[in-house]
Amino acid sequence: MANTQDFATLAEARLETTASRLRELVAHLRQQRAQLREEWARLITEAKLLTAMTKEEIFAEATSVYDNYVEALETGTYEALQAYARNLSERIIPRGVETHEVVGIVLLLRDVLARSLFAKYREDFNKLNRILDAYEPAANRIAGTVAVGFVQERERIIREQQEAIRELSTPVLQVRERLLILPIIGVIDPQRTRQLTEQLLRGIRTNRAKVVVLDITGVPYIDSPVANHLVQTVEAARLLGANVIVTGLSPEIAQTLVNIGVDLGKMNTVGDLQGGIEEAERLLGYKVVPMQEPTAAHVVG
Amino acid sequence: MQVPILKQGAYLIATVQSALTDEDLKQLRDTLVVSVSKVRARGVIVDVTALDVIDSFATRTLRDVAHMIRLRGAETVICGIQPEVAFSMVKLGLSLEGIATSLDLEEGLAYLDRKGKGPGQEVGTHR
Repeated sequence: MANTQDFATLAEARLETTASRLRELVAHLRQQRAQLREEWARLITEAKLLTAMTKEEIFAEATSVYDNYVEALETGTYEALQAYARNLSERIIPRGVETHEVVGIVLLLRDVLARSLFAKYREDFNKLNRILDAYEPAANRIAGTVAVGFVQERERIIREQQEAIRELSTPVLQVRERLLILPIIGVIDPQRTRQLTEQLLRGIRTNRAKVVVLDITGVPYIDSPVANHLVQTVEAARLLGANVIVTGLSPEIAQTLVNIGVDLGKMNTVGDLQGGIEEAERLLGYKVVPMQEPTAAHVVG
Repeated sequence: MQVPILKQGAYLIATVQSALTDEDLKQLRDTLVVSVSKVRARGVIVDVTALDVIDSFATRTLRDVAHMIRLRGAETVICGIQPEVAFSMVKLGLSLEGIATSLDLEEGLAYLDRKGKGPGQEVGTHR
């Protein structure tokens, strides 16, 4: 019982001393603000970090990072710093700032501050030790927070872009009443095939399509799962009452399909997109006739 | 659950309203085959818009219906297969080969009208 109490008071005392040391540290960092900040900005330029930004910008950012850093040390809460790191990342990622640069500058700041502590407590080695005990975990945690914040922001942007690419990758276009075109560009992976099927079948539904031209001119190659999936998609479209015409099979794809023995008997294939559209128009009963050449009489009268 | 069969001009329209048991399917098949000549129908439309699942038995029954009705001198159209259902049918290797399918009832009627007028285009069937 007595022991636990002792232990508790000891822990409390240690906590208090850590807090008081951090307070002392913060006071020191506030006092030395101008000088340390400049030193840091100089080191950043020297290490050729943040090359995408001007000197003034670096200095301005350095100032706010410094203040946030000191504040985080003082309060022991990281929310404000986290928010700032996210905000900073949002601003600098589009300018091409890399992860190693952000990690680099935060570590530089940590070292600059540590150096200044060395300088200040040079005389009293024990005190320096104790101050560093308080400083190091907090500083490392701050560095971690900023780096993780940056990486998370980057990942968020990457996810958003992936989403955008995915949405753009399979457009369903209506060219005529009841005639849809699906141009596919780029490699088709399993995920994309699924999406393609979904879009195609949904497109037939919503546009009440009778004929769909699936143009794969822009597809460099196809493997057998994807080819089989395409055949199945064509079959499913037929169950919805639509005809699918596949156009633009490159010689390579034609060879692969024949070699892997995909049953193309049920597929309606036409050489190019133009032929596909003509075939589709024929199926739909359209007939395209050229307009009469404008004669001189027409122009005058 | 019985499937109501309506006569509309020269066509019979069977609209499936809810999931069907195998018994229901067999009954639908028998009723259609009997009534097609009773009312001298030229075409039969089976509307499956309400079905979320079409299993192998249902596929086979639909195929049988179409073939039997053809032997009885009429044409069959299966209409309203849902996109998801269509794809899972294909995935399971269930096909309605040689049988006309259409997007919805309207399309099905249009198809039968075209068929009735002699050789027209056959969008939606296998050549």
